[in-house]
Amino acid sequence: MNPTQELITNLADQYGRNREQLLPILQGVVEKEKFLSDYSMIEIARELDIPAAEVYGTATFYSFLEYKQMGTYIIRVCKTITCSMKGKNQILLTIKDMLKIGVGETTPDRKFSLLETNCLGWCHKAPAMLINDEIFTELTPEKVRGILTEYLKK
Amino acid sequence: MATTYNLKRADFIFRNENDWEKILNRTLQRDKTELINELISSELKGRGGAGFPTGLKWKLASESKVQEKFIICNADEGEPGTFKDREILTKVPFKVLSSMAICAYIIGAKQGIIYLRGEYRFLKPDLEKTISEFEYYCNEINFDFKIKIFMGSGAYICGEETALFESMEGKRGEPRNKPPFPTNAGYMDKPTVINNVETLAHTFTIFKYGATKFYDLGVQFSRGTKLFSVSGDTPKPGIYELELGMSLQDFVDEFGDGDTKAVQVGGASGFLVPRKRFGETAIGFRGKLTGISLPTGGSMMLFNSSRSMFNVLDNYLEFFREESCGQCTPCRVGCQQLLIGIKAVKQGSKPASYLDKLLKLTETMQYTAKCGLGQSVANSFSSIVENFREEMIY
Repeated sequence: MNPTQELITNLADQYGRNREQLLPILQGVVEKEKFLSDYSMIEIARELDIPAAEVYGTATFYSFLEYKQMGTYIIRVCKTITCSMKGKNQILLTIKDMLKIGVGETTPDRKFSLLETNCLGWCHKAPAMLINDEIFTELTPEKVRGILTEYLKK
Repeated sequence: MATTYNLKRADFIFRNENDWEKILNRTLQRDKTELINELISSELKGRGGAGFPTGLKWKLASESKVQEKFIICNADEGEPGTFKDREILTKVPFKVLSSMAICAYIIGAKQGIIYLRGEYRFLKPDLEKTISEFEYYCNEINFDFKIKIFMGSGAYICGEETALFESMEGKRGEPRNKPPFPTNAGYMDKPTVINNVETLAHTFTIFKYGATKFYDLGVQFSRGTKLFSVSGDTPKPGIYELELGMSLQDFVDEFGDGDTKAVQVGGASGFLVPRKRFGETAIGFRGKLTGISLPTGGSMMLFNSSRSMFNVLDNYLEFFREESCGQCTPCRVGCQQLLIGIKAVKQGSKPASYLDKLLKLTETMQYTAKCGLGQSVANSFSSIVENFREEMIY
């Protein structure tokens, strides 16, 4: 059994093999592998005994279930109205400048991916961004440089 | 009846929850019908935005003879400008869990589920600890009830109750047709009560202090208090608990920066109110005696005169275009065309009168879209285009 198959079997053992467990299993794979490859979606379909197209259909619906190769750290910058008014573009420019990638791109070493996302629910502390599950608020370009410097060391 | 719209601060939701065990135990001893009647008499309406009477929802679910039922806490807080639910789940989670247990007792459910949006994943570890502490207590008092967390994965539409069920069933988060309503056939086609986080926190207040206390707050048809998520051009952004029914003018006097041009009430799916209408607009549910009354999920976004309303609308439409589930044509194509349309007018490739065509399109969407998302695009679109037409053109 290869690592992906093993991961999926373990997740299915943990959550169960009903259709209701599809989302937790997809989330589990994304957590480990950072994205859902065609291969992992087919394997999940096999494990749950449902059509692969159903798995693909569900997976591609959700913006946090990536189906393209992503970096270890996925940076999601909130682009909804308040963050946008409070300087989201400067934040994006700072990140682009430091990591040399645009929105939707991944660094060549597969360490960072940069994405824009819809309202993160931190409008009172805008602008905000998520790096994986960690939230950063009231961002300024200086603050972002500090945060990314820390992540670059990891 | 009190029709004074002065801004009245309140402090119920975030008041300490140390007595949750006592309140829960006491309430679980009471007669079910009596509890439902108490909730109905408080006139609590859903705080997620739609405003369905909570007592009635519980009553309908309790009347079903089906064995297996569910109580779901909707923590898929995705409306732009709303961030109160996270605060509740962080500061007073036991209130929410206790209310879920009380609901379970009334309707006869054994399983509660919290649907937590993917963006709030960092809440999960602490919330899980709280839940196990809570379940331990339930076990101690011989009350058979379990709660689990179901994580969302970044889809605004899953806050719509039937889309949320679909998502929990492992499918795309596409809203269902109604009826059947969730109280008859919700999650796994079983009778389900689904309440917003804040609604559940309010029911705790009601069972703690009694319905009269709650009913005495607010104004007619809009009883009680509400959490408001205040953001945008304001010197004091944050979460505030206020009595319902205040006038928008009072709100702006308190929270504005002195240069407030417009307030977006209810997030991107709500209405934009321009300065000249502040005085005549009240915040509450429909049916109030005077003026325009706007329901809200609690999102209040203030814009001062440095903001371009075109950019605001452009941002909303992009949001809707991305978050539309794509299942029904009016919403899927409508959102795309509205965005293309306002850009075309702004660039001059379409005449200004094209805005009227777009307004007609939103009207069509209002009537024909399957769920609240497509239907409510018209709210922000028409209120912005009608009040700030010149900014759309020049």
